[in-house]
Amino acid sequence: MRPRLVSVAAAALAVVGLTATEGAARADALLVTGAGATFPYPLYAKWFSEYNNLRPEYRFNYQPIGSGGGIKQLIARTVDFGATDAPMSDEELRRAPSIVHLPLVAGAVAVVYNDVPDGLRLDAETLAAIFMGAITRWDDPRLVALNPGLALPAQPIVVVHRSDGSGTTRVLSDYLSKVSPSWRAAIGTGKSVRWPVGVGMKGNEGVTSAVKSIPCAIGYVELAYARQSRLPVAALRNRSGAFVRPSLEAVGQAATAVELPADLRVSLTDAPAWGAYPISAFTYLLVEREQTRADRGEALVSFLWWALHDGQKLAAPLDYVPLPAAVVTQVEAAVRRITVGGRTLLARPL
Amino acid sequence: MARAATTTLGGQRAVAQAARRGDRAFAAVVVALGGAVLALAGLVLIVVYRLAHPALATIGPLRFVTGRTWDPVAERFGALPFLYGTLVTSVIGLVLAAPVAIGLAVFVVEFATPRLRRWVSFLVELLAAIPSVVYGLWGLLVLVPLLRTTVQPVLQRLFGWAPLFDGPPIGLGYLAAGAVLAVMILPTIATVAVEVLRAVPDALREGALAIGATRWEAVRMAVLPFARRGLVGALILGLARALGETMAVTMVIGNQPSIRASLFAPGYSLPSVIANEFAEASSPMHVGALAGLALVLFGVTLALSGLARLLVRLSGGALHGAP
Repeated sequence: MRPRLVSVAAAALAVVGLTATEGAARADALLVTGAGATFPYPLYAKWFSEYNNLRPEYRFNYQPIGSGGGIKQLIARTVDFGATDAPMSDEELRRAPSIVHLPLVAGAVAVVYNDVPDGLRLDAETLAAIFMGAITRWDDPRLVALNPGLALPAQPIVVVHRSDGSGTTRVLSDYLSKVSPSWRAAIGTGKSVRWPVGVGMKGNEGVTSAVKSIPCAIGYVELAYARQSRLPVAALRNRSGAFVRPSLEAVGQAATAVELPADLRVSLTDAPAWGAYPISAFTYLLVEREQTRADRGEALVSFLWWALHDGQKLAAPLDYVPLPAAVVTQVEAAVRRITVGGRTLLARPL
Repeated sequence: MARAATTTLGGQRAVAQAARRGDRAFAAVVVALGGAVLALAGLVLIVVYRLAHPALATIGPLRFVTGRTWDPVAERFGALPFLYGTLVTSVIGLVLAAPVAIGLAVFVVEFATPRLRRWVSFLVELLAAIPSVVYGLWGLLVLVPLLRTTVQPVLQRLFGWAPLFDGPPIGLGYLAAGAVLAVMILPTIATVAVEVLRAVPDALREGALAIGATRWEAVRMAVLPFARRGLVGALILGLARALGETMAVTMVIGNQPSIRASLFAPGYSLPSVIANEFAEASSPMHVGALAGLALVLFGVTLALSGLARLLVRLSGGALHGAP
């Protein structure tokens, strides 16, 4: 007991010493601040700490307050960059035309469930019908027809959805609006939507734990939460007719299959490739095309360049999907167009 | 001698004048502080109203309060499901907590030994100091599974015919939120009730006992009627806390804006939806509708405390006759 206590104390002292020296090194570092989406936060936190090790003169501070708040703060110029899962609408961009969208990684929304054997297959119509309350039982003939070999329980389906406004809901409802006319007419696309049935839980973690604990529940969460919870994940029929489970490869296929427009705002849902997972999405960093301060602008573009190349290797271990090479090239071009006082910040590749 | 007397008199006058000046300064400070509280409340109301204006002007205040649809995509907003959920869960909480809290107060004041009284009071105060998010976690991890696996199936077997206990037992819902609220408002009610009962003059108890009442009869016929006003006040304080509770309720109520008779069904409350949707609400209509809900909550609290005052006045008048 005693020696262990001593070693713990020593370790604590060492940690204190470390942070103290780090603090000293960072005291004169240039602080770049951002705010926005919660979904990419774990990756951004990793990126910022890694990048700070490489370039101690820059320090990044990111507040995961939600993409709506991030956009508001970026427009008010209280932060240097924002972040969002759903690209800004045309209406929002009209009010802030100088904001550039930069996709940095992709992700997926997984449909998770409980008390039903692994291997559930759903198509767009049945998925929409379940979340709209049109299919209320697991032994519904439409589900049985899609899952001939699966022992579906004769139980009611309990839908679990997000209670807080979220990009995850935005991506799922965007997909369902594309593939189901009745969903589009009755519910539509948004960060908060009018759920006809189910229970609402806060955050991905809230939905995950509710699906885990409520018998015969179904819900939707970010891929990373689905993997870590070890809940069974549904395979969805994509546009090509293949049943695909969410994976880094399947999301990567979706990201490759969709052509990026000039402003890089694009929806990856219902992508046309054979192996594409249909509920995929980019997550974006938002910056002003015309930076007001040269030093912060430089810090930002040098970080962006690093995140697009070396940073991508850190994505997969955290269950984020790295950008396909073609997308990287397009985002590179967008980063090169960021200027301060009319001068390009990234004249040469770093 | 005479001179000395005048100086003393003069000194006294000076002291009295200084005291009066001090009094006046003190009064001014107190009035300013009291006014600041009112001004603050007024400012909050103005800011919330200005936020709410775009939504209320478009929808109309009456249609907003009576509307049953909450659709941020189509920008159709109605407050009724949240109003209903807030009232139902608060009433469940009050119904569950009131007998326990007042029974506890009667026990502490009338029956417990001083030593036991100290312990019980300490534990009740401890209960009041627990943050609401902890109650929420307890509700989610302990109470909801218990409701789902045990309480709700039993209730359904016994009273399954009643619409009150309809639907699949998922645990989350009005009943869970009401039960968590009951535990949360219990210390509030009990603490105030203890003070109220202690303020009952001993002469009443002694009188009742002297004419041959048992201790229970003395409590029932002498102590409780005398304390009625104060006890209603204690219940109102508890209800007010239940109405505004956000965190613990949103964790267990199920967050589904619907109006159902079943206590097992998921519902929603006014503070919960504000907390859940405000961060990501970007359109002025959505923000306005959420601010509108805050106004509704404000109105409910005001209306209830007004009603309580009325109740107290009526019951007090009937009980004691002319004061």
